[in-house]
Amino acid sequence: MSQRSAGSGARRSRPGRSQVILDDDEPDVSSQPSSSQVQRARCSFTPQQIEQKVAEVVQFILIKDQKKIPIRRADVVKHVVKEYKGQYPGIIRRAGQTFEQVFGLNLVEIDSKNHVYILVNKLHPLPGEPISMCPGSPKTGLLFVILSLIFMKGGTVKEILVWNTLKKLRVYEGVKHEEFGDVKKLVTDVFVRQKYLEYVRIPHTEPLEHEFRWGARAEQEVSKMKLLQFIGELHNEEPQTWTQQYREAASVESNPR
Amino acid sequence: MSRQMGDSHRRFLQTMMSNGVISSSQASALHRHCCETHGAHYSQEKVEDFISVINAQLQPLFMHIRKGMSEEDGLDYFALVNMAKTDITKMSSDYADNELELFRKTMDLIVDSENGTASSTDILNCADSLQTKKLKKKETEHVLNKFVQDKWLNEIEGEYTLSTRCIIEMEQHMRTIYPDLIKRCFVCHNIAIQGQICENAVCGIKIHLPCVARYFKGRTDPHCPSCNDFWTHEIPEVQQYSSQTLQSQSSCAKENTAGPSTSSTLATRRSRRS
Repeated sequence: MSQRSAGSGARRSRPGRSQVILDDDEPDVSSQPSSSQVQRARCSFTPQQIEQKVAEVVQFILIKDQKKIPIRRADVVKHVVKEYKGQYPGIIRRAGQTFEQVFGLNLVEIDSKNHVYILVNKLHPLPGEPISMCPGSPKTGLLFVILSLIFMKGGTVKEILVWNTLKKLRVYEGVKHEEFGDVKKLVTDVFVRQKYLEYVRIPHTEPLEHEFRWGARAEQEVSKMKLLQFIGELHNEEPQTWTQQYREAASVESNPR
Repeated sequence: MSRQMGDSHRRFLQTMMSNGVISSSQASALHRHCCETHGAHYSQEKVEDFISVINAQLQPLFMHIRKGMSEEDGLDYFALVNMAKTDITKMSSDYADNELELFRKTMDLIVDSENGTASSTDILNCADSLQTKKLKKKETEHVLNKFVQDKWLNEIEGEYTLSTRCIIEMEQHMRTIYPDLIKRCFVCHNIAIQGQICENAVCGIKIHLPCVARYFKGRTDPHCPSCNDFWTHEIPEVQQYSSQTLQSQSSCAKENTAGPSTSSTLATRRSRRS
């Protein structure tokens, strides 16, 4: 909690040298003797300084992940890495190793063009935990219903079908829900930003229509096979009853990402 | 003995991260669960060793799993604390500036008070004078609720106290900003916020309620352990399950339903005020 920032506020001071702001678009250093100072600054980060940066990046990502907000490289550089930008690939690789070794989390790049990352848990919650590993939120239940619907309908569903389904659970598009608040915002905005859902416009529709698909985080975190087994239990059927879905779930299972 | 981090440690850490604070009996049960789940070697009495393996890895990341005693039930708890003071952790909280100011004011009131509590009325009053941005009465109540939910404050019948998690995490900070106000418990020597103070103005030592209960247990004529004056306060009962090492999972289940503060501390506090 940031009350502590009101205290001594002892920021670890860095040697002044590393404060030199670097022009980071690979300069042709060799042809410019005057930039030798810059070059020295670039190489002058000690292993301890790099270590410190890695730790800061790990903390930054953990904090962002608490709200399930995907992490953009641009933000990591702007808020944490700063003048260490030239060292970014090494730093992010080390951060990834730390997540794996210490926390059992995978740092996954879900968008390699814009460099967007999420954390995916390698350890799954289990029944019979003395204290829950991820205290459940009712919102997760709502999300699960929507993901199931999309999966069972072949990967894409029109928005109207989602709302009609939720209506049966007494969750209404325009009505403030006791638990979920503004449901429309939760489903079409929050879940979408968290990358659990994709919400896209269907082209050439008048009036405007949207459809839902699984988002990148759902693809990483949610097991289609487990979902299908759950649906099977509800219907008292074997998961194999749904041939197409079973095939897809099995193929994901056999090709671990 | 292996000092290597395994999945059992990682599972333990993740559970700590999502819960913030757990009682030592929960920690024991979780230790066992994690070891059994991942087929790691398990020995009942080694929970602290197990945690120290995790702490060794957390140390470079400015995090630490730290043990501390609850001032309410006298039991040990483990909290995951953040030791960094960089800009990054400032962003860690979901709290707005005026909410943080309200927290600081609440902490001032609690530390200033003799018994370590602040009434909701007093807190609501100081919400009017926030410098960052004033909070309406309704908003203040909402924010206070959030502090309780996030386990930074405890609340019983309109009286707020600092939670175990808060004390474990903020002890150092509180010592820095209230150097003259923070006392140590005369019995257990840990930081004492809630407790009883010797009425002898020259003495004025402080003792935690659970420590008072244990120290004066069975004595009909209690005297201050420091100045030997008569101890005027009501002596609370020793709680039934305060022998920590013998705790089983059943008491862990009990805590889950009853919450961290129990009825007997409540009774003590009421009798003190009357």
